[in-house]
Amino acid sequence: MGERTHKTGQGKPESAGKAVATRDAYGEALLELGRKRSDVVVLDADLSGSTKTGKFAKAFPERFFNLGVSEQDMIGTASGLSLAGKLPFASTFAVFETGRAWEQIRQTVCYSNLNVKLVATHSGVTVGEDGASHQAIEDVALMRVLHNMTVIVPADGNETRQVIHAIAEHYGPVYVRLGRSKVPQVMPDDYTFRIGKAYPFHIGKDANIIAMGIMVSAALDAAEMLKENGIDAGVVNMSTVKPLDTEILLKAVEACGILMTAEEHSVTGGLGGAVSEFLAENHPAKVLRTGIRDDFGCSGTPEELLKLYGLTADDIAKTIREAIS
Amino acid sequence: MKAAVDKPDVSLLKEKARQLRVEILKMLAEAKSGHTGGSLSSADIVAALFFYKMRHKPHDPKWIKRDRFILSKGHAAPVLYAALALSGYFDSSLLKTLRKIGSPLQGHPCSTKLPGVEISTGSLGQGLSIANGIALGLKLDGSGSRVYCLLGDGETQEGQVWEAAMTAAHYKLDNLCAFIDNNGLQIDGHCCDVMHIEPIVNKWEAFGWNVIDIDGHDMKAVVAALNDAETVKGKPTMIVARTVKGKGVSFFEGKVEYHGLAPSREELEMALKELGK
Repeated sequence: MGERTHKTGQGKPESAGKAVATRDAYGEALLELGRKRSDVVVLDADLSGSTKTGKFAKAFPERFFNLGVSEQDMIGTASGLSLAGKLPFASTFAVFETGRAWEQIRQTVCYSNLNVKLVATHSGVTVGEDGASHQAIEDVALMRVLHNMTVIVPADGNETRQVIHAIAEHYGPVYVRLGRSKVPQVMPDDYTFRIGKAYPFHIGKDANIIAMGIMVSAALDAAEMLKENGIDAGVVNMSTVKPLDTEILLKAVEACGILMTAEEHSVTGGLGGAVSEFLAENHPAKVLRTGIRDDFGCSGTPEELLKLYGLTADDIAKTIREAIS
Repeated sequence: MKAAVDKPDVSLLKEKARQLRVEILKMLAEAKSGHTGGSLSSADIVAALFFYKMRHKPHDPKWIKRDRFILSKGHAAPVLYAALALSGYFDSSLLKTLRKIGSPLQGHPCSTKLPGVEISTGSLGQGLSIANGIALGLKLDGSGSRVYCLLGDGETQEGQVWEAAMTAAHYKLDNLCAFIDNNGLQIDGHCCDVMHIEPIVNKWEAFGWNVIDIDGHDMKAVVAALNDAETVKGKPTMIVARTVKGKGVSFFEGKVEYHGLAPSREELEMALKELGK
């Protein structure tokens, strides 16, 4: 996908006010998919109300399997359903899906290269008040390291819906990272998601921000602020973290002096890790990593937590201003 | 096609089990490593499945109407490889490549490398969940195929086994029949010393399973249990097969050290003599 005509600051579409949580978009997309394909089955581990798989459960009770509070068994059962020719979507909170059941995902789903879709919600610190035990900030790292796995972190509801339909047509294990809180629509109405293709809103001459998930919105706001300081900062939505769109990444790093990654995740092993690994080997460059640094989350409102961990548009803009001066 | 037959020829099945043991020992001696005890203890069960009960087509491993076999105790790979070879999935000469570089016969079964292996296993405790998923999928399709799963007794110390035990009963998976190869030993010693697993029968009954307790080396009993399991409605069946680790070779029987030790050349010769070959 080439660069779109959207310029920084004009990147957010008119419908930007329409904020939805990516988990809600997932619930709707599953319903659409369930109507379209009779082989789609959905599994959950007692969180169907929160992950929004409950909508599918209500519409297609015979194709929904609640495994109770047992994530490891859920992954194994999903694997078996895929072996029987079904297209399973297995959902729970990201910390349990990727952490509690990591070895089942490695040994069964990835090693046997099964067509199992892992769609987890409640990622990052924007889970909020539940605190660190429920805030996955390591999930992308845990999934990215696995052979055969594709890792996708949609930026908004529109992209989430497209991701769910796209992965249904793609054979192999996929991890999709979704959130609990509402996020503004950032992707243009005519945007088409493709696995492995990043979306550059604009490539900046001074700085470029490679972002995933809810940080795309923050990065766009930061670019707007920087524009007022005469700084041309670009934003790339790297929604597929694995495989990384290295073509767009190289374009972004070659165009400017400052490259930043932005993720609601640990900077170790996540998007910042993935970008740094690639650039270290192919185009050595300094990478400013916005994300959580060797820490756990904690309780608070999502807004308070984004501030506490330096994940706001202000934080991004400040870091880039300082790097330039 | 190897179709299920109504009247089992028990003496033929016993001979198949003997052949499995011979192949297991030969391939392990050649590999110089691998799991002897638990492969030998499950040979009679696997013979009854592959040469009597299961509907499968060695020349069409993905045949849609096949019954499925999940080797949850993946370290017993040699018994599965021997059964696949003797069934005709591949030439028996491949068995001597076990555990060697480039071989499809990995140390633990790998489904992407060897046709006939339904799913990669080796990390204990995962097979029953997979079997459940297949059984659920088959039921959705109204398929008459059945799912068989073989677990080790030490393996039931894994918590996931009990999650899966609940799931199979909750979803009334009567198209599922599992075995526990209850040879009483695990790597570190006797199961009862490492971590108590008894009373096995009561535990599985309490979890809502139909449980059949048999001598896992009595071919008539194995066959009868498999046939009984098929008649049970609304419940999965667990066949607790009381077995002897290293069964068939006197100097391996009941020896914990042969859990993960392959026979030497000398031991192989003596073992083959005992097995009549």
